Amino acid sequence: MDLPTLWFALAVTCWVLFFVLEGFDFGVGVLASALGRDDHERAAGVTTIGPVWDGNEVWLVAAVGVTFAAFPDWYAALLSGLYLPFVLVLLALAARGVALEFRGKGGTAGWRAACDGVLAGASLVVAALWGAVLGVLSAGLALGADGEVAGAGLGRSLAPLVSGPALLGAVLGVAVALVQGATFLGLRTTGPLRGRARTAALVALVPVAAVVAVVQVWWLAAVVVVAGLVAARREVLAFAAASLAVAGGVVAVLAAHLPVVLPSTLDPAASLTIASAAAGPEALRLITLAAVVVLPGVVAYQAFSYWVFRRRVASERVAS
Amino acid sequence: MTAVELSRLQFAVVTVYHYLFVPLSISLATLTALLQTFAYRRPDDARWPRLTLLAGKLLMITFAVGVVTGLVQEFQFGLSWSAFARFYGDVFGPTLAVEGMLAFFLEATFLGLWWFGRDRLRPALHLATIWVVAVGTLISAYVILAANAFMQHPVAYTLDPATGRARLGSFTDLLTNEVVLAAFPHTIAGAFAGGGALLLAVGAYRARRETKRSGARPVEEADPDGAWRLFTRVGAWTTLAGGVAVALTGDLLGKVMTAVQPMKMAAAEALYATQAGAPFSLFAVGAPGAKEPFFSLDVPWLLSFLATGDPTATVQGIDDLQAQYVAQFGPGDYVPVVPVAYWSFRFMIGFGVLATVVAAWVLWRTRRGRALDGAHVADRWLLRLLWTVPVLPALAATFGWLFTETARQPWLVFGLFRTADGVSPGLTPIEIVASLAGFALVYGALAVVWVRLVLRVTRAAEDPAPDPAEEPDRPLVPSY
Ligand code: HDD
Ligand code: HEM
Ligand code: HEM
Repeated sequence: MDLPTLWFALAVTCWVLFFVLEGFDFGVGVLASALGRDDHERAAGVTTIGPVWDGNEVWLVAAVGVTFAAFPDWYAALLSGLYLPFVLVLLALAARGVALEFRGKGGTAGWRAACDGVLAGASLVVAALWGAVLGVLSAGLALGADGEVAGAGLGRSLAPLVSGPALLGAVLGVAVALVQGATFLGLRTTGPLRGRARTAALVALVPVAAVVAVVQVWWLAAVVVVAGLVAARREVLAFAAASLAVAGGVVAVLAAHLPVVLPSTLDPAASLTIASAAAGPEALRLITLAAVVVLPGVVAYQAFSYWVFRRRVASERVAS
Repeated sequence: MTAVELSRLQFAVVTVYHYLFVPLSISLATLTALLQTFAYRRPDDARWPRLTLLAGKLLMITFAVGVVTGLVQEFQFGLSWSAFARFYGDVFGPTLAVEGMLAFFLEATFLGLWWFGRDRLRPALHLATIWVVAVGTLISAYVILAANAFMQHPVAYTLDPATGRARLGSFTDLLTNEVVLAAFPHTIAGAFAGGGALLLAVGAYRARRETKRSGARPVEEADPDGAWRLFTRVGAWTTLAGGVAVALTGDLLGKVMTAVQPMKMAAAEALYATQAGAPFSLFAVGAPGAKEPFFSLDVPWLLSFLATGDPTATVQGIDDLQAQYVAQFGPGDYVPVVPVAYWSFRFMIGFGVLATVVAAWVLWRTRRGRALDGAHVADRWLLRLLWTVPVLPALAATFGWLFTETARQPWLVFGLFRTADGVSPGLTPIEIVASLAGFALVYGALAVVWVRLVLRVTRAAEDPAPDPAEEPDRPLVPSY
């Protein structure tokens, strides 16, 4: 395998880790409010992701950084082409991050309820937007010969969001995040919250099944497996299976057109391929070295962090 | 406005905003680690854990804003500057990737461990986690400053003859760019001046509140164990030290800049004609557009001395440099906006000096067990204007960056790549206006919330840290 191909695999790995890890964060962000009946239960829900969400989000920083480093043209075309969708993603992520961190530091119940509202709304928007972006990517962007999306006004970068693939992607993005979030809550909480999370997972699987049936029928097998595990109360396996399915879906989208990494819907010659988008050899060698030396450590201490906070969060015991 | 101008405005707004919080995160991480180290080494003194907890809360609130605004930065180069990203991606991309892998994972994961792990981790391990965070912030600052230093003074690259793009030569050379070697200590010193000023203000504010509430006389009685006085003084010492270090390293950075970007430093002095034994202008009044000010307060020989270390040395003026650049790079205007350069340079220094003087003043007024006393004229104004103290270093840093980045114009990468060529070719002005409005809205709200939360945790920081032994089974720290 040559270096650019290896880096395509590594970039996809970073994106997959981001979508898997933040996917359940987004789901929990919505479900903590939706399922928590009082302040304590909502606090318990949010607390399951409190110590880890920031570390999870760094996988986005890493994915974007790695994409920039290894495939500058891919990074440039994708972000400038989907300019406004990504600005919306960033604004929603900003609102979400501070709502999470500031929730417990404002003192009053009204403040916490406001933060919960922002967290739920922003998580929902982010999940929908990422789903839509993946949907757009599966179809490609209207890249011209200069590697840019042409067009006028706001519609230039917003129009792709109202396409069929984007809408299906948005629904799927939200539903999948909810399934993941619900299975995670099932794994990490106790009492009534845990029971409600199980129901929520099953409910959220319905739209997943509907979209999957339209897009690619054989993925229904994954839906059935997750539903079976949830119903059988195999919480660890249910969460693992849901996460694995997300990983598979992201890989399927990003690798659908190989060796093309970003197809142009206008002109096949303008599509970006692994080779045409790749950075120079010295840059690739450098990040390879960095990845080999640093990433195993990252995985180890992130795992350590999950292990430290492995205990279930009981809603009665979370002081607010 | 054109897409280029709007993109520049957006980049400036979004980056300056990120940089309001970053220096505080950098310095508060180290200061919290230091406070906790004292708490660990002196278990019988109850003040240290309290102060650690308060500094840690300030850190958590600030860090959150730094993280979400930093994420925006990571996307900026692709969103608005895609032509630049294509040109420079080979050099810049790896720095961002390395920064993420090396620094941001450390910061984010260990900050989570530190905050939530208080009763989960052994005290020594818990202390280690905050030190890891502190080191992480310093690494990320270094790496990103190295990326910026490339734009000030490109090194360690080759130009690809086929594509005309920059290719990374040696990463080690990129990291040892003489500009980053000077800019890093300068930036970190400025960061400590900022974090120290925040602690100073928070400590003094608490002491004043305590006095008002209890009406205690003498005021020292309102702060019986001296915790707030201690907090104030830790902050004041930090700002004083940071202020002195920032001046020393700034002098060094100025010498490096004179060598690599003489035009920038000439613009900083509004020095049009090349001159031997050039004076430093402290303050000038001029007609707009005129080259010669009608009044200028000058210190003879100082500029030559600051720029080169020799008071009689010749300093190149703007006119000569412009002619030289036209010969070198072809026709064009290579002069940055001189008043912006001149004044932002002076505001940077001025606000920094002011912050340092205030810190020294506070140290003097709180010497030998004394507390600041609102009934005393010498302290009254300070206590009244307390909120401005942390603003001073923030203003200094903002003007420093305004100077650094605007006085590099018209270049995006000095001598190599023009700002006008860097913007995303497809981008339409209305898209930038829409996103700028979105950022203004969300960032404005964030700033308001940040200030209110800082005030809140300051007011609420009454009680010593809850004793973990009372609740051995407490699932997590009560923060969510
Ligand atoms: C608290 C903040 C602060 C204070 C008090 C000062 N500076 Fe500064 N300065 C900065 C914060 C800063 C900064 C924001 O950190 C900059 C922007 C880019 C950089 O590397 O540092 C900067 C840039 C900067 C530059 C331009 C470097 C470049 O173009 O890359 C010079 C020449 C100086 N400074 C010199 C000084 C001098 C002689 C000071 C005298 C006291 C001084 N600074 C005070
Ligand atoms: C350290 C990494 C940084 C990088 C890579 C960087 C890069 C850039 C880029 C690409 C632009 C737009 C093109 C241009 O106008 O030249 C820019 C402009 C600007 N940046 Fe930086 N920047 C960095 C740090 C900062 C910081 C920390 C600040 C302020 C706190 C800052 C303030 C500005 C301002 C004010 C402009 C607008 C200048 C103008 O257009 O006249 N920069 N920078
Ligand atoms: C324009 C270029 C910049 C980019 C692309 C950038 C990128 C980022 C990103 C992605 C984060 C969030 C990390 C996380 O998720 O944990 C962040 C935070 C941070 N940045 Fe920036 N940044 C820029 C400018 C700067 C500058 C000039 C400095 C310092 C001199 C700096 C220092 C930091 C530090 C210390 C943090 C962590 C602390 C905090 O979150 O406040 N950054 N930055």
